[in-house]
Amino acid sequence: MREPHLSLNFLDLSKTFPGRGLEEGVHVLDQVSHRIENGRFVSVVGPSGCGKTTLLRIIAGLEKASEGRVLLDGAELLQGSEAIGLVFQEYALFPWRTTLQNIELGPEIKGVDKENRRAKAMEYIKMFNLSGFENRYPRELSGGMKQRVAIARTLIMNPRVVLMDEPFGSLDSQTRNGLQEFLLGIWERRRDTILFVTHNVDEAVFLSDQIIVLSKRPARIVKTFEVGLQRPRDRTGHECNEIRREVLKVLSEETK
Amino acid sequence: MKKEHFLLPLVLILIWQGLSSLQLIPSYKLPSPLDIILGFKDLLTVGVPPGNLLHNHMLYSLYRVALGYAIAALLAIPLGLLMGWSPVLLRMTRSLFEVVRPIPPLAWIPIAILWFGIGIKSAAFIIFLGAFFPILLNTISGVLSIQPILLEAARTLHAKEKDIFLKVLLPGAVPSIFVGMRIGIGIGWMTLVAAEFTGVKEGYGLGYMIMTARDIQRPDEILAGMLVIGVIGLLIDIGLRATESKTIKWQ
Repeated sequence: MREPHLSLNFLDLSKTFPGRGLEEGVHVLDQVSHRIENGRFVSVVGPSGCGKTTLLRIIAGLEKASEGRVLLDGAELLQGSEAIGLVFQEYALFPWRTTLQNIELGPEIKGVDKENRRAKAMEYIKMFNLSGFENRYPRELSGGMKQRVAIARTLIMNPRVVLMDEPFGSLDSQTRNGLQEFLLGIWERRRDTILFVTHNVDEAVFLSDQIIVLSKRPARIVKTFEVGLQRPRDRTGHECNEIRREVLKVLSEETK
Repeated sequence: MKKEHFLLPLVLILIWQGLSSLQLIPSYKLPSPLDIILGFKDLLTVGVPPGNLLHNHMLYSLYRVALGYAIAALLAIPLGLLMGWSPVLLRMTRSLFEVVRPIPPLAWIPIAILWFGIGIKSAAFIIFLGAFFPILLNTISGVLSIQPILLEAARTLHAKEKDIFLKVLLPGAVPSIFVGMRIGIGIGWMTLVAAEFTGVKEGYGLGYMIMTARDIQRPDEILAGMLVIGVIGLLIDIGLRATESKTIKWQ
């Protein structure tokens, strides 16, 4: 580790959801430890329902770990830390707010005055190819646009770590490919740390520097893969396929 | 509106007028449409009791409704937001409201008169009771219908409780609040007329007016007054609906 202090580090994260009455609790995460160096794009794959989302929710502060700690640059991550941003699969846009108003919500909550937050939001609207749709409500936008608004809304807060929970999971494959390339373009300029949950191995291989494979519940880390390929990657090329095959092999052991 | 909307009512009115003209319907029980129009003219120009003209009856009634309704909305909306937001508060207050809510507003008239005497305060109190619960319950259900993920999204943008309240719960509940406000004004308007039956100090009010018309045996004026009450209720609803569709363009 070159700069071990500049990283997102989770140590022995465990999570058990208590059962109701006589029901047994659900053990979701089992001592998950990992270190993600700053500026890396890391994907998490695993059998469905294995606890990928729970892991993100704990880091985002929406859920408390039963045991273990999350450190950012060596310091305990506080709940509601401004260093963390989360993008939801279902977009979670506010239906009564326009594109512009959704994107400027974070600065608005922070107390940035109207003129400045508008200007900042317009910058992001340009960056995310949403010009012309500033005053549309979410119901008037396509799925791909909604997710661009959702990502812009998160990135405008300049989080150090961006958590993404299957952000392209409900999009058709063409829109999905387009957004993957778009996201990489943005990330290559900003170099935020991204922790990206997906069930789609192709997507993980195309996007990431590193892929973490989780086991079925209770989730442990089974294996991590380094994807050292140059970008832009050829998603159907030989090298991508090679890594995909290896990841799928490990994954299929887990889903047996 | 298309002509089908008017065709059947028009035919029925013509039959009614025909039967009345042939004296097949006794006019002291059901006056003819033409008599009712003349009765309406008398309400406007002569007044019931004489001198108390229709527009003043309307103004007094509207004033009573506006007062009771405004207080109902101002209390029910914030309270409903709080109750939807706090499960503890909802549990604590629910049984209380469940007991009070099924009491018809009109059943409060005797105690209202005891508390407030005969006059605007009593009438406004009755209207308040009629409007309060629909607005409260719809505000609560509006808050409860907000997707939890929106609260989480706001939290990940570092929203504090105040922001959650003003930027998520309130706007998210607005459509439901409007439903409650429309039901509330409907019930408020209905209870008004009944509340005025029990007496008004000022000598004005639409309910008071049609009761007085009965005392002086003027069924034409009773029916004309009933139509006025219905039309005003309709206009209020149309007005609220227009505000509603302007306010919630996002749906």
